[in-house]
Amino acid sequence: MSGLFLFLATFLASAVEMVEALTIVLAAGLTRGWRSTLIGVAAGLAVLAVIVAILGPALTVIPIDALRLVVGGLLLVFGLQWLRKAILRASGYQALHDESAIFERQRATALASGQEVRAGLDWYAFTLAFKGVLLEGLEVAFIVVTFGASANNIALASVGAVAAILVVLVTGVVIRAPLSRVPENTLKFVVGLLLTSFGTFWAAEGAGASWPASDGAIVGLLIFYAAISFIYVRTLQRRRTLNLRAAA
Amino acid sequence: MNFLRSFGLFWYDFIIGDDWTIAAAVVAALAVTGLLAHQHVTAWWLLPLVVAVFLGYSLWRAANARSR
Repeated sequence: MSGLFLFLATFLASAVEMVEALTIVLAAGLTRGWRSTLIGVAAGLAVLAVIVAILGPALTVIPIDALRLVVGGLLLVFGLQWLRKAILRASGYQALHDESAIFERQRATALASGQEVRAGLDWYAFTLAFKGVLLEGLEVAFIVVTFGASANNIALASVGAVAAILVVLVTGVVIRAPLSRVPENTLKFVVGLLLTSFGTFWAAEGAGASWPASDGAIVGLLIFYAAISFIYVRTLQRRRTLNLRAAA
Repeated sequence: MNFLRSFGLFWYDFIIGDDWTIAAAVVAALAVTGLLAHQHVTAWWLLPLVVAVFLGYSLWRAANARSR
């Protein structure tokens, strides 16, 4: 069961981040040409693969309790960032992510930038694609490494991430437009819940606590955090509506 | 020095993000969980409770800041 959650968390997190990276890559490729852009994408993916390949096995050398305490704690704090942002977006306190608007902004900047050739590459297209893939992918690498090491299954975590990259890449190549219909906030909500639940489970276990029902406690944590998040979204929505009415 | 500062800021923003109080609460809750577990007291409930309370507090503060 935790294998399924592990795959799901890395797949969904990677899909969300890769949709954002795809927007940047499309803006670079469609305005500046594909050769330099795709070399930038490949370079970004290669750096991410090296990070996972070095950090993943290095973490598995640490004793499992210490690893789960530190990495679980990091995963929990990191997951809470995703969850907090998703709740603020769902309740209307933060703007939703708009891939089409981001694409238009990136496209306009790419068109306005001058031509600079370095090492036979359009340097703007290369660096835009490289940075886009690397920075968006860094969160994925962090999740793959921490999640995979704590679950003692970095291979499965990597499979989830690679599967998502392939799905997004193929979809992007086919439709050649930003994937604005992907429900990013919902996906971020689910990933935030998964990271928070697993982070709580591992961190508390690493600190010495024993969970009732062992691994089954993860499902209980998921339900608990989902219920709490739902209550927070509804409360904030109601508060925002009342504030808007009072201001009108 | 500038590089070290930027490097530190990047990781702070990457892991801790907009509200440091959540991270501080998680660290404190883990320390108390460790102490309770060491005394053979049931401690699993503490971390989810602290997370739920501080997430709510952080959201409330963010909503207040955005309402101004």
